[in-house]
Amino acid sequence: MTETNQAIQLNQVNYSITGELILKNITHSFPTGKITTLVGPSGAGKTTLFRLCNGLISRDSGEIFINGKSIDDYDPLVLRQTVGIALQSATMISGSIFDNLALPLTLKGEQLSEEDANKLLELVGLEKSLLYRNSKDLSGGQLQKVSIARTLVNEPSILLLDEITSSLDRVSQQDIEKLIKRINENYGTTIIWITHNLKQAYTIGDYTVVMMDGEVIESGPSDLLHNPKTNRTKKFVRGEIE
Amino acid sequence: MNFLTLSLSLVFVFIPIVLSKVLKLELEKDTIIATVRSVVQLLAVGYVLKFVFDSENMIYILLMIILMIVAATHNARKKGTSIKGITWKLVVTFITIEVVTQTILLGFGIIPPTAQYLIPISGMMIGNSMVLSILFLNRFTAEIESNQDAIELILSLGGTPKQAIHTQLVNSIKASTIPTIESQKTIGLVQLPGMMSGQIIAGADPVQAVLFQLLILFLLLTTAVVSSALLGFLSYPSLFNERKQLLKKITTSTSDTEKS
Repeated sequence: MTETNQAIQLNQVNYSITGELILKNITHSFPTGKITTLVGPSGAGKTTLFRLCNGLISRDSGEIFINGKSIDDYDPLVLRQTVGIALQSATMISGSIFDNLALPLTLKGEQLSEEDANKLLELVGLEKSLLYRNSKDLSGGQLQKVSIARTLVNEPSILLLDEITSSLDRVSQQDIEKLIKRINENYGTTIIWITHNLKQAYTIGDYTVVMMDGEVIESGPSDLLHNPKTNRTKKFVRGEIE
Repeated sequence: MNFLTLSLSLVFVFIPIVLSKVLKLELEKDTIIATVRSVVQLLAVGYVLKFVFDSENMIYILLMIILMIVAATHNARKKGTSIKGITWKLVVTFITIEVVTQTILLGFGIIPPTAQYLIPISGMMIGNSMVLSILFLNRFTAEIESNQDAIELILSLGGTPKQAIHTQLVNSIKASTIPTIESQKTIGLVQLPGMMSGQIIAGADPVQAVLFQLLILFLLLTTAVVSSALLGFLSYPSLFNERKQLLKKITTSTSDTEKS
């Protein structure tokens, strides 16, 4: 066990694919109950970090602690329910919105009531009339909201969001930003949010972590993006590294 | 039929070779190889069968069946190299098919336990099971590659590997067995089955030939569903590791997106 005021603690974590090091000796902590934004150019290893924390892949070396408990001590299924993940692709199973919202419970052999499904839609700001609509008929913004609601069914204490607003219009982006703030405030859920939108990272995040080439370059309160200390972060903020 | 009449039938090999040459299909070499191989293989099998039938020794019958299973496994395993332990999974599938079908046939006294019945029926069952296994493995690996997001979605929500792969498994079992079921719907209307035609040409009573053909059709139905389902349920666990993660061997496409 380790410090429990840290939702996720990474200690000298390395991960490679076919010999290429994707994450290099990452040591970092994500505080419990806060919103941390994760920024960095494409190929920095941000999504890989999320996949490690959700247990979809395993590290080569180092230690990962989730809510103070080693990731190796978790049953993989319990870990994935504790650390929820929502991706930019907002993948849906074929069927209705209800089928998708019910999925986490269906997997546990339980059922989602229509009342609870409607509450979820309300929580993410979607019309109840969408409940039995086919998922193929929804817009990108609506799908993203369904994806977040579906992840929340497991009541994760940590929510990982991977570029969930990058393909959305301004209004949908703002809707989702408000939704995430609300989830964080109402449920105390730890949020870690990968975004390419630096303004969003600054406004929504309590903390920001900058990653490049598989390393954490800089981290601290979100205003670090206004006053970066390292040259690489300065270049990234100026848009010279993409 | 004798060797003289058989040699005259080579005109049916000559026609495609000429057409291939004229139309520049470049199939001449393959056609000749296929012809030579089929002549050599079938004649060899014919003489081996004659020996086995004459001897009526169970050991030889068993050896023939083992040979069929080895050949079928060797052929089908090429389509499932990405699945760990595919060789023994195929062997188990073919042995199960053989044991199930022959137990029922012999147990109910449908056929006598002689080489004349056991070997051709085993050949048809194992051969069909091999084709079904290849169809299944082709479809299954394609389904996994193209639905990796959906599989990982279910895993990421706390689903088990079996739940994550269920749709792909069912789709693959259905896709590989549908041709067998569909072909049986039109049998006799569009084409006469090869075995039945062979029996009729050889002078058998057409009704007797039909009865045996029906027996084979029913056996093929069992073979189709049991082969795909058994191979599927034997195969899917090896796509995941002990941490219930989808293995990278199958998911080669992930390496491009994983770094972002």
